[in-house]
Amino acid sequence: MANRREVLKGVAMGAMLLGTEENGLAGMMKSAAESSAKPRVILATDKNVRGGGVQPDEKRVLDLLDKAIATYTGHNRPVESWKQILGSAKRVTLKVNMLGGKGLCTHPILALAVCERIQQAGIQAGDIIIWDRNTHELERNGYTVSMDKNKIRCFGNDAPGYGFEESSVSFGKATVHLAKILTRESDMVINMPILKDHGGAGITFAMKNMYGVVQKPNELHGGNCSPYVADLNRIPEVREKVRFTVGDALTACYNGGPGFKPEFVWEPNSLLVGADRVALDYTAWQWIEQKRAEMKMPTLAAANRSPKYIAVAADAEHQLGVADPRHFSLLQV
Amino acid sequence: MKHANRNRLLFMGCLLVALLVLLPVTGCKKSKGDPMPPSGTVTGWDKSGDTKKYAAADLWQYMDGGADQYVQAGVVTTATADYKYQGQLEATVEVHTFNDATAARKLFDGTTAAGGKSVALGDVGLSYVQSAVFCKGKSLVRIVAYEASPTSQDALVALAKGVESRL
Repeated sequence: MANRREVLKGVAMGAMLLGTEENGLAGMMKSAAESSAKPRVILATDKNVRGGGVQPDEKRVLDLLDKAIATYTGHNRPVESWKQILGSAKRVTLKVNMLGGKGLCTHPILALAVCERIQQAGIQAGDIIIWDRNTHELERNGYTVSMDKNKIRCFGNDAPGYGFEESSVSFGKATVHLAKILTRESDMVINMPILKDHGGAGITFAMKNMYGVVQKPNELHGGNCSPYVADLNRIPEVREKVRFTVGDALTACYNGGPGFKPEFVWEPNSLLVGADRVALDYTAWQWIEQKRAEMKMPTLAAANRSPKYIAVAADAEHQLGVADPRHFSLLQV
Repeated sequence: MKHANRNRLLFMGCLLVALLVLLPVTGCKKSKGDPMPPSGTVTGWDKSGDTKKYAAADLWQYMDGGADQYVQAGVVTTATADYKYQGQLEATVEVHTFNDATAARKLFDGTTAAGGKSVALGDVGLSYVQSAVFCKGKSLVRIVAYEASPTSQDALVALAKGVESRL
């Protein structure tokens, strides 16, 4: 486990790595250790996670995950950390993001690392599903598709016998049909997005990843996806079951998303972890803005696609989390 | 002798009629059919699966939120296919066909990154280590590779030329 000193050291290092501005990520991290009662966002980085190769190394990704989770929970042992996160959940599903194709999807080895740890924490393999919009995309991106109930299952909403609920649910302007994997197979969902710029929403990370749990996400794209992203996440099944995020920032894109455009991709070699989906998205937004500034690109606001839904998600009507960096702790390890 | 000549003339006439009937069909195939080169037609490249086609209204099924900018720009159809170079380097080709050439060019100008190498592809083309993008008439073509290699840039340009020749 990273003790308080290590965390603070990490915070200071983060400030050094990310610049010295008072605003942006560095500024956020300077105030990170002020209160342990605040929601926590953990930014865990291993610059050698690829071990000299092109793809992230399996062992290093597992170590990075352990480091992030230990910092989040304060437990030394990964098993204890995951027991705390999982609570009483017996059936746990991992909502990954396949849209960007093989070059920009949740890395399979990260999903498998989470599977390994939650099994050690007591979840049976047959009670785990890795899922997204459709099976073809999972297979194409390197996941082993399986519907064998004795193993970890992996398939999409389009798998035979699954699909979407017939009756719709609503909050605000979002009226949707939810995926049966969410409604019928999940006591808890571990949200596993990948950090991306988004041509409509501005950025896509924790909350926007929920577009993969509804039948017609295309109906939620107006107004820079606002208030739709916030409304969708406020629907009880989504808000209550999607309780923790292990965000993939091993690879990310700062422009041209959500599809894969390699000329806009960078490798932060990091994970962004926490339970507060709004604080996670706020952090993801600042990170992408920082990278865009570094690359001499206009801000998302100047590009007319500021992620307005983040503030909406934190408002009195939604109360999904914290969008003010003074009220959450960003810790870098 | 006269009989043989008549038969020959009849045969030539039938051949001419057959050609007149078939040529427009094959021509149509080239200009409006599958723009994706079959395996083996571009050196080193093999097509990994079928070409998938999406009308503008269904494009979200392929690229979700990424579809919006194409739809707003007036995309009519998008075709996509996966390829492998020398059995290793994986790539995806997208051919977006718009209402007019201006729309295709506008999206090209608005979505390409700095640092591309100008290449002789269609009306305008750019090449990067892991991608190649060009416009030809109403079509905007984007090819991306999922890894970089010393040969990826040249290989992508070769594949792009293969696509260009079929548009």
